[in-house]
Amino acid sequence: MKFFFFHLMPYSAVDLDAITDNTWIVFPNKHYDPKEGHKLYNRYLDELEYADQLGFDGVCVNEHHQTAYGMMPQPSVLAGALSRRTENAKICVLGRALPLTSNPLTIAEEYAMIDNITGGRLIAGFVRGIGCEYHAMMVNPGESLSRFHEAHDLIIEAWTKEGPFPFDGKHYRLQYVNTWPRPYQEPHPPVWIPSQGSAETMLWASHPDRKYTYLLTFSPTDSVTKHLNTYAEQCEKYGYQCTPSQLGWAFPCYVAETDEIARKEAGQHIENFFNKFLISPMQYKLPPGYSSMNSYKIVVESKYKARASYLSLESLISNGMFLCGSPETVASQLEEHQSKMGFGNLVTMLQFGTLPHELTKKNLEFFSKEVMPKLRHLGNQSGVAVAAE
Amino acid sequence: MAGPAPIKINVNGCEVEVLRQGAGTPLLFLHGAGGLKGWAPFLEELSTKFDVIAPSHPGFGRSDTPEWLDHLSDLAFFYCDFLEQLGLSNIHLIGHSMGGWLSAELAVMGTGRFQTLTVVSAAGLRVVGVPMGDIFMWSAEERARKMVFDKDEGERRANEKLSPEDADIALKNTFTSSKLCWSPRFHNPALEKRLHRIKIPTMIMWGEHDPVFPAPEYPNAWHTAIEGSELRLFPDCAHSPQNERLDDFLAGVYSITEGSER
Repeated sequence: MKFFFFHLMPYSAVDLDAITDNTWIVFPNKHYDPKEGHKLYNRYLDELEYADQLGFDGVCVNEHHQTAYGMMPQPSVLAGALSRRTENAKICVLGRALPLTSNPLTIAEEYAMIDNITGGRLIAGFVRGIGCEYHAMMVNPGESLSRFHEAHDLIIEAWTKEGPFPFDGKHYRLQYVNTWPRPYQEPHPPVWIPSQGSAETMLWASHPDRKYTYLLTFSPTDSVTKHLNTYAEQCEKYGYQCTPSQLGWAFPCYVAETDEIARKEAGQHIENFFNKFLISPMQYKLPPGYSSMNSYKIVVESKYKARASYLSLESLISNGMFLCGSPETVASQLEEHQSKMGFGNLVTMLQFGTLPHELTKKNLEFFSKEVMPKLRHLGNQSGVAVAAE
Repeated sequence: MAGPAPIKINVNGCEVEVLRQGAGTPLLFLHGAGGLKGWAPFLEELSTKFDVIAPSHPGFGRSDTPEWLDHLSDLAFFYCDFLEQLGLSNIHLIGHSMGGWLSAELAVMGTGRFQTLTVVSAAGLRVVGVPMGDIFMWSAEERARKMVFDKDEGERRANEKLSPEDADIALKNTFTSSKLCWSPRFHNPALEKRLHRIKIPTMIMWGEHDPVFPAPEYPNAWHTAIEGSELRLFPDCAHSPQNERLDDFLAGVYSITEGSER
């Protein structure tokens, strides 16, 4: 099992009372104080660096724009900062939102630079970016999927084909693709695809030409199990066996001395995360054309109606959106989940919402010292068993 | 209102649904981002004097959504072919909202087929310093409430329960209008410098309370850009004068068309 620490870098100094129904796109930036931001960036980078010292296999950042939810509109800046201050941990950008750029070669360049500086410690995450980003960056959501695929092809070609060569896509047309530097890792850095379970993404990521690591993010355990199993089944259909290293699960988690202490220390902060930092109206999250019309209807029916109510600590724990408790509780739950889900990568969000520095450090220590050793041996088999249908 | 039975017209492999009724000079009505809402009373009225042709654009209503549809200009070129195929000329062209923008894109390509132009609450121009309303940031209910001036009617529309088929069409219309109008938002920066090419009689009609393209700045921009155009602003009217101010709208159309019959 590989363990990763995923930081979302929330602007936790925000006035929570100012957040009524939205923290995205148009939540005014007067609520951002650069002096607090300065402190938070440095605190959060300290936490990521500390995770490297504690033996995490990787540290993760990601990309969101115009929101108090996360302070990382340009995640490669942070990956650059981390690349010289971490020793062993992989640096995972989960990920850059490919369709949002007008020239994806900038991403090929950023990633290749980080890979060179770190001598091959980069994990390259590719995402479409959530719907809100399409409002914030004015990129046409109806082009999101085709831009994603084309940008991906361009970046992989830039990394693997001898340049210069022309690229003639629908969205990107370039005369001289000739990326300097080339990536350090051969043939290119490992690619991870964070997703919330879209069938199209699964089909694409598991294709034998790619075999990308599929990372299920922030979903109830029932749906994580379903999606990861479907991914492994899809690999079988393609005629190969999925390895645990191809599957990952990202989730918020808090570990303390006892279940009771863990709930007490984490409760308010995780509720702030789900009920303050994450909220926005449905049409912000799901602009027209971002998904197919069928997916759109399904998501509107299921997800947003379910999320209309306040998510309490208890409900988050009971549906598995949040793992919280003593080392024994968390380790045994993870062991059970691993046996059903088959993942070989655990991407833990050990800071969330307003969780302060001291508790984040404590959480990192408990997780790395008390939970990781209990699970290290899991997910190391050569293949993921697919249940008979 | 029942209206004429829909007919299908296939242009270069793209089939569109068209409502057509009346006789005499052809009048082409180009609908807005919300789609053609059936055979509305204003179409019925116009069909007593004109050969009214009201298509659902490619990507809207029950028309095909072709692969080639990426930009609003693709629709403009489609209508060049459409009009050529139907052999129409001397047309009175009317466009509402996104369809107003489309009608202007058609007219700046060459006004040979057109006798008059009427743009109603039109998209297409951007007045710097006067933000547009952003329909993509509004929920379906907010949109329904804002689009009409009459509060009771807005409330009725906000609570209207669509049949599954109509809900699918509404979603299709939103998807296509988003694809065509997302960025630059509901305008073409190059249109303004081309509008001087329109030299046919032109009527501009607008609601004083338009929630998307605010009056008087947006209608004034059209009025200034098209020399000799006539501007009519309607009080107690939001985004759809053809429905909200039926008599004023018809008077505007008759005024511009009667002056030009040839």
